Parts: sequence; structure tokens; C-alpha cells
Amino acid sequence: MADGECIIEVEGLYTRFGSHVVHEDINLCVRHGEVLGLVGGSGSGKTALMRQMLGLETPAQGKVRFSGLPLHGQDRAKLQYMRNRCGVLFQKGALFSALSVYDNIALPMRELRTLDEDIIRRLVMLKLKMVDIDTRHATKMPAELSGGMIKRIALARAMALDPELLFLDEPTAGLDPQLSDAFVKLIQGMRHELPLTIVMATHDLDTLVALSDRVAVLAEQRMVALGTLQEVIKAKHPFITSFFCGERGKRTLENNRGILQG
Amino acid sequence: MPENQGSNSSIVLRRVTGEDGASRLVLAGNCTLTALGKRLQPLAGELATHATDPELQWDLTGITQMDDAGAVLLWRAWAERRPRHLLLQPEHERLFNRLEKMPAPPAPIARDPLWPITVLGKAVFLLWDHLIGLIALSGQLLLDAIYLIAHPALVPWREISANLYRTGAQALGITALVGFLIGVVLSFLSSRQLQMFGADIFIINILGVSIIRELGPVLAAILVAGRSGSSMTAQLGVMRVTEELDALTVMGIPHSQRLVMPKVIALGIAMPLVVLWTSAVALIGGMVVAEIQLGLGYQFFLSKLPDAVAIANLWLGLGKGVVCGMVIALISCHFGLRIKSNTESLGEGTTNSVVTSITVVIIIDAIFAVVFSNVGLR
Repeated sequence: MADGECIIEVEGLYTRFGSHVVHEDINLCVRHGEVLGLVGGSGSGKTALMRQMLGLETPAQGKVRFSGLPLHGQDRAKLQYMRNRCGVLFQKGALFSALSVYDNIALPMRELRTLDEDIIRRLVMLKLKMVDIDTRHATKMPAELSGGMIKRIALARAMALDPELLFLDEPTAGLDPQLSDAFVKLIQGMRHELPLTIVMATHDLDTLVALSDRVAVLAEQRMVALGTLQEVIKAKHPFITSFFCGERGKRTLENNRGILQG
Repeated sequence: MPENQGSNSSIVLRRVTGEDGASRLVLAGNCTLTALGKRLQPLAGELATHATDPELQWDLTGITQMDDAGAVLLWRAWAERRPRHLLLQPEHERLFNRLEKMPAPPAPIARDPLWPITVLGKAVFLLWDHLIGLIALSGQLLLDAIYLIAHPALVPWREISANLYRTGAQALGITALVGFLIGVVLSFLSSRQLQMFGADIFIINILGVSIIRELGPVLAAILVAGRSGSSMTAQLGVMRVTEELDALTVMGIPHSQRLVMPKVIALGIAMPLVVLWTSAVALIGGMVVAEIQLGLGYQFFLSKLPDAVAIANLWLGLGKGVVCGMVIALISCHFGLRIKSNTESLGEGTTNSVVTSITVVIIIDAIFAVVFSNVGLR
């Protein structure tokens, strides 16, 4: 699979919760090796779209394909293989509260049943090092951790099997600016080492500008723009204008002029 | 970014001897977790045998993709240091650099040889803790009650009414079903025995005393403990997990007054009514079978019932209902407020709450039986 090929294809997707319509006719292709940022106001269906891509929701109409295969109606082994190739960082971390930090990260590795405990122990230590968590925290329970640590440990768990596709739901929400910058650096570093495709839903312009290769904008149940950041900014839509060209947006874009032009 | 190889060609090992006589191990293909799959264990052994030769040249330049798992596999075979002769691709260099800096895993905690004593001690302390907690909660409720008598406008009528409906009205179906069946079974078994002695008429005494005095209250209490007790504990537990309890505290709304007291009062009122209902339905069940099995008419059964069973038994049953209801609510709330904000604690707390409630219900029943042994029996 070369760069530029679709790893996830969304085709004519409709999402409805009862009478409430979330998406209308969404078409999207996540290319291999890119970082796709999903942007939209609160309640515009960023997370819902991500859940559709993960197969957590069933589309009311339309299709979602992962590597050319539909997500629903696969046999168990195939589905498991597809799942192992995805890592997900949930908005609130979704760490298992009954398991320690160590066991949370070790769980997906143990589920493979091909790794022995010795390799698992080394891998867990490596992942903890990667997200910059001291090993003395390994035995702690999620309830004892701060929000920033939960996010980082959840990222370590999402990366446990070195997936090729990573979903980040609001990766920097709830983090202080320094932590948020460190988090962005962390993800940039990982992209350097591994051929990683990332789908990211975010509110945070800084994160969006720093990480994403392409941006998809969701508003009024539809995808109103898709393209590189420069292309998207030029689009004429009230949401895009207020999001990128408002006070905050201008400031962020000003600060990141280098990235945009480079 | 390294070239993307979608093919899952797993790693290939090839040992060659160079012109200078030195042997070289050439590794090629994908060295990732998905590519290795079930080959991981045999490969680990193979690498370890190769690694015993310190002069061996490791050529890793043919590896297209390597992830942490692949790197750890090699690293372990090399006994955690780089072999003397190693050829690497620059992008894989970083992986091994990280491995070199990997912190040592924490040592496993040794088991205390005195663990049986510690476990027992902790259990005793826990029991003590619960006792103190329950007494404190009851005391707090008493203080709240005194305060509310002085400020009647603050009595949480709506909460009491809501709990009354949830624990009382909504429990009628299940208690009726269970009560009716128990009445049927009891009547059926007793009537067969009584028939042998020709003492058919005593079915009224047996059913009357056993159901009104004993089975009705205990059955109702056990069902309510399982049904309403667990839901009260879970409700308070989830409120803890979602920080709703803290939100109430910062608004200045005391838990004991607005959450615990309405439940205790409501169950104290609902429980005797549920007991009455359960007893009545169980008696109907017994009466139906008595008519079928022994030919005792309904009217005869009902007219003889007051003679066979002293009215004190009914008051005793209702009294048990009030006490059990309040105690169940108190225990459920006590366990609910102790739940910590994680899922395991929620499950454990709910189980403990129901088990404790049912045990305490039976203890209360036993105490009533001893204390009132002279009341209502001829």
C-alpha cells in the first residue's frame, strides 16, 4: 500500500440517532500516512464520525471501509486483525479503572497470546518511557492519576500494539498548554519513527496546525470543506470564517505562519 | 518516514560466511508484531542461539519495518546490549537508542509471610469501620430529623414521595408473584400432611401464623433488599463516580438530609405496606390450594382466620416491616456513600450492600422471634 491510498473510506454516510440527524452524505478518504484533522463546533458530529470509522456505530445509510473491507459483516478473525491495526485514544482516556497502569497497557499485548510476560514487561516499560511516565507510576490505579497522566497512559495503551492507524479524540483537551505542546511533540516524534496514519478530532487550533496534513470541516451535518489547511481557510463558510479568522484563529495562524507556508 | 510495505512478509534469517571467514547473519523482511504473529516464540529461540556467538556480524539493513516488539525481541536475544558487529538502518537506530535508555522494570513486591494474620486483621478493622460508619450515619439522620422538626418547610417531601413510589408501588408485582407461589407451595405440602391425620381444619392456623408472622415480612424484606437496596447503593455509587455527590456538597445540600433520609423514611413507610400486600397474596394462594386439596370454602377460611391467628401477629409482621425497611435503606446508603470512583468498587459495594442487608434482615427476624416469643401464640 503506497502513500496516498485510502486506508479508510467513508461513502455517502448518514448517521441518525432517533429523529436527530448527525451526518448527511459524508464522503471522506483517509490516506495512508497522513494526519487528518476533523474540525467542527460542539455537537457537529466529530466524535460520531470517528465512532463510525471504528465501527462503534452502524451507519443509517452509506458505507465505511477499512483497507477496502467493510467494517460490518466480517468474520471474527478478520475483524480482530483489523482491530489490532487500530489504536484509539478516547476523549477521557477510557482506562480500565479496575486495572493498574501497567495492566492497562499490557492488556492488548496479553490478548494477542503470542507474547510472553518478559517481552510484555519490556514493551510496557518502553511505552511508558515513550509517553514520559515514570516507572514508579506503573502500579498505580487510574483513579490516582491526574488528567494529563491519564491522557498519556491512554496514548501508551493505544500504541501498545504499534498500530498503523491511530484515532485521537480531542487529544489535547483538558491539558495545560505545556503538556499540550509536549503531547503534540510526542505524536510528531512517533510519526517520525513509525509509518503512522492519524485521524484526529480536535477543537484546538494549535494542535490542528501543528499536526494535520489535511483538515475536514464538519458543520450543519455535512462536510463543508476538505483539504490542506491553506485550502480550507480560503473556503467561504460562516463556521470556517469564525473558527479560523476569529480573534483566536488569527493569532494562532500568525504564530504558525512558517508551518503554513513551508 | 520509512517506505511503507503493506505486504506482511515476516522476517527471514540467513547465515552467510564472508570472504574473510567471519560469519554474518542477514535479517530481512518485516520485523513487526503483526508480521511476526505466532512465529515470535520460535524466532526468539533461534535468535538466542545465534547470539551465543560474540563474533557474529548482525546485518539488519534488510529489515523494511521494525516496531517496538521486534526491537525488544532482538534486544533480549542480545542480552540487553548491542552486539560487537551490528549494521543498522538509521531509522531503526532510534529504536535501539530508546531501548538502551529503557528504565528497569520495578521489582515485584514480595509477599508478606504473615499474610493470613494481616488479612484477618484487615477484615476486623473493616467490620469495625462499617459499624462506626453505620452508627455515625444513623446519628446524623437523627440530628437531621431534629433539625427538620424545627424547620418543617425543609422536609424533602418530593424525594420521599418519589422513593415511596419506586420502592413501594413498583415492587408490588414481584412480591405478589413470589408471595402467591410460596402460599401455594406451603398450602399444598401442609395439606397433604394434615390430611393423613384428618386435621384439615388446622391448615388455616398453619398458613395464618406462618405467613402473617414470619414468611410475609421476611419474603418482602429479602425481595426489597435485593431490588431497592441494590438500586439505592448503585445510585449513590454512580453519583460518586460522576462527582454529583461533590456537586451537592458544594451547593450546600447535605447528603444525609436530601439523599439518605428520604430513602430511609420512604422505605420505612413502604415496607409495612409491601409486607401487608405480600402476606395477603400469599394467603390467597394458600386459600386457593386449600379449597382444591381439602375442599375448604373461601368464606369458611376467611371467617376462621381471625380465630386462628391473634391480631398481635399482624402488628408483629408490620413492625418487622418498618424496622427491616429502615435498616435496608440505611445499609444500602451506607455502602453507596463508601463507593470510590472506579468500576470495581461500584460492583463490590453493591454486592456487599445486598448481602449485608439480607443477612441483617434475617438477624432482625431472629431477634423479633426471641423477644416476642410470648406474643400472639397460643
